[in-house]
Amino acid sequence: MNLRDIALLNLRRRKGKAAFVLAGLAIGVATMVALVGLAEALTQQINHKLEKYGANILITPRSDQLALTYEGLNLGGFVFESREIRQEDLKGIERIKNASNVAAVGPLVLGAVRVGQVAEQAQQALLAGVDLEASEVLKPWWKIEGQWPKPAQVMAGHEAARVLGLAPGQEVEINGKRLPVSGVLEATGSQDDGLLFMRLGDAQETLGKQGLVSMVEVAALCKDCPVDDMVSQISEILPGAKVMAIQSVVKGRLETVRHFRSFALGISALVALLGSLVVLVTMMGNIKERTGEIGVFRAIGFRRAHVMRVVLWEALLLSLAAGLAGYLAGMGAGQLSLPLFSEGHGASLGFHPWLAGGALVMALAVGLGSSLYPAWMAARLDPHQALRAL
Amino acid sequence: MSYLSAENLEKSYGQGQSLAQALGKVSFEVEKGEFVAVMGPSGSGKSTLLSLLGALNTPSSGRYVVDGLDIYALGQDQRADFRREYLGFVFQSFNLVPYLSLAENVMLPLATLRMGKAGKRALAAEALARVGLAGKEGRLPNQVSGGEQERTAVARALVNRPPILLADEPTGNLDQQNSREVMELLARLGGEGMTIVMVTHSRDCAGHASRLLSLRDGKLVGDGLPPLRVVEQPAAAQTAQAVCG
Ligand SMILES: Nc1ncnc2c1ncn2[C@@H]1O[C@H](COP(=O)(O)OP(=O)(O)OP(=O)(O)O)[C@@H](O)[C@H]1O
Ligand SMILES: [Mg+2]
Repeated sequence: MNLRDIALLNLRRRKGKAAFVLAGLAIGVATMVALVGLAEALTQQINHKLEKYGANILITPRSDQLALTYEGLNLGGFVFESREIRQEDLKGIERIKNASNVAAVGPLVLGAVRVGQVAEQAQQALLAGVDLEASEVLKPWWKIEGQWPKPAQVMAGHEAARVLGLAPGQEVEINGKRLPVSGVLEATGSQDDGLLFMRLGDAQETLGKQGLVSMVEVAALCKDCPVDDMVSQISEILPGAKVMAIQSVVKGRLETVRHFRSFALGISALVALLGSLVVLVTMMGNIKERTGEIGVFRAIGFRRAHVMRVVLWEALLLSLAAGLAGYLAGMGAGQLSLPLFSEGHGASLGFHPWLAGGALVMALAVGLGSSLYPAWMAARLDPHQALRAL
Repeated sequence: MSYLSAENLEKSYGQGQSLAQALGKVSFEVEKGEFVAVMGPSGSGKSTLLSLLGALNTPSSGRYVVDGLDIYALGQDQRADFRREYLGFVFQSFNLVPYLSLAENVMLPLATLRMGKAGKRALAAEALARVGLAGKEGRLPNQVSGGEQERTAVARALVNRPPILLADEPTGNLDQQNSREVMELLARLGGEGMTIVMVTHSRDCAGHASRLLSLRDGKLVGDGLPPLRVVEQPAAAQTAQAVCG
């Protein structure tokens, strides 16, 4: 039997006394684990969404006119005239410092076209030439009835198809050329609904803008992409273009989750403080109750440090148990409440070694930290007075 | 110089107006192997004296030397080491740790020593056997009688084979039968060369000792043979049939 055994035997044979400290610590740890775990799960969900969100950098020609936006282009009769970006120059994007963060570069050529056979019946429509491969990354939400346009084919946005009366398999005359309609885009709720789409090269030819693009969408994919850095890097290689980061709704949510995380940490700190108080008060009570016993320890030759070690061993063993119990309880509680915070089903908190480690460190820090004073008190007890307490 | 010597040991509690002298300038010497009983009315300073002899208290003045060691010139840690190496304590109220079994209680003085578990167990079993408690090693204190608890306390005081045993009313809470058993045990230890200082209220118990110190109002008022002593040799005390308790 050594000092640790004494601590262990005390905890084992006087479970009721240990239970208070254990519960105080475990609740604190569980709260921290549940809140931080939830914040982490939500952050990951949103990061995941961010990655799927598509373009987050937009490159447009520098223009002295009013802001050049999708909306601007959609307003019928608005004269579209601006310098364009040379497609060649886009190759430079592959060489920027953060090139590895670029998941897709989607050049887009835009221009008005005449749709219909006879001049009187003809309608104006906006034709977009897109890079199909990039579109899959940039517009992951696109659903097509029919197929992507093959060379010399056209795909219509949902609204364009309705107004022009187009359906997959039909033909449409664009700028005097009859082309088959490969598919119709399901409604997206964006300006894409009002466009006609062709492959980039076809569109450039149809619009007479060979080698030119009207705007470029870039997807920077990663959870903490240095988007702002990338914007300036791209600006450098495309001096004639305006490069903007798109502030997405998802980013706003990420901000919210960041706040939730700060809140979680704040609450955890508060609970840790309360836990410390519970441990401190309970341990002080225990020491008071055990005064005579400590007198015996001192009488039979324990040094002050030995008494302190017995108390700290108890705190250490309790803290370890509380860390483990609190972690498991916190994960359980977090898992149960996760559906309340997130839309998706089957989401899970997941195992994070740092969270498990953090739980243990917190339990040890709080448990041992707030036992230091009681342990010191115990060690400082005057052995003669302590024995008189019996 | 004697094995154990108290020189003008004085102890006052409190300060200023409430200053009260519990023990006033007590001097005496004890030779190795003596069995000394300390008697006196309640409040006469017996426990205070014993706590000073046990290096548990600090005298207001005076010197206390054991085996050449000036105890109160030592630091706290060395005093603790002195207690561990020189002293065994037996108190009136058993003083067993409630959550430790008898064997574990007896092993307590060994807890801070570097020694294998088996070695400690063997020493504890041996000490318990000496006090007639073989077979009850695993019991908790509340699972044995008061006499058995007191004998366990004696076993704990013996386990590391200290040269000195200090006992404060070891039979205070025991009936006659148990008191006699404990006293015979102490007398036997005295016979084996252990130096014993025992505080008692009972003249019968004091009869087991080889010498009696009498205290009154913190002063040493008597130093001589104990009462009811019929035999001279301390070793013969173990056969004394005096009723004690
Ligand atoms: N820690 C203390 N603080 C203040 N006064 C004390 C303290 N310890 C003892 N005293 C006082 O010192 C005097 C001697 O006490 P002590 O305990 O030594 O007497 P005692 O002879 O052992 O008495 P009893 O036979 O009742 O055990 C008493 O008046 C007591 O009240
Ligand atoms: Mg007393």
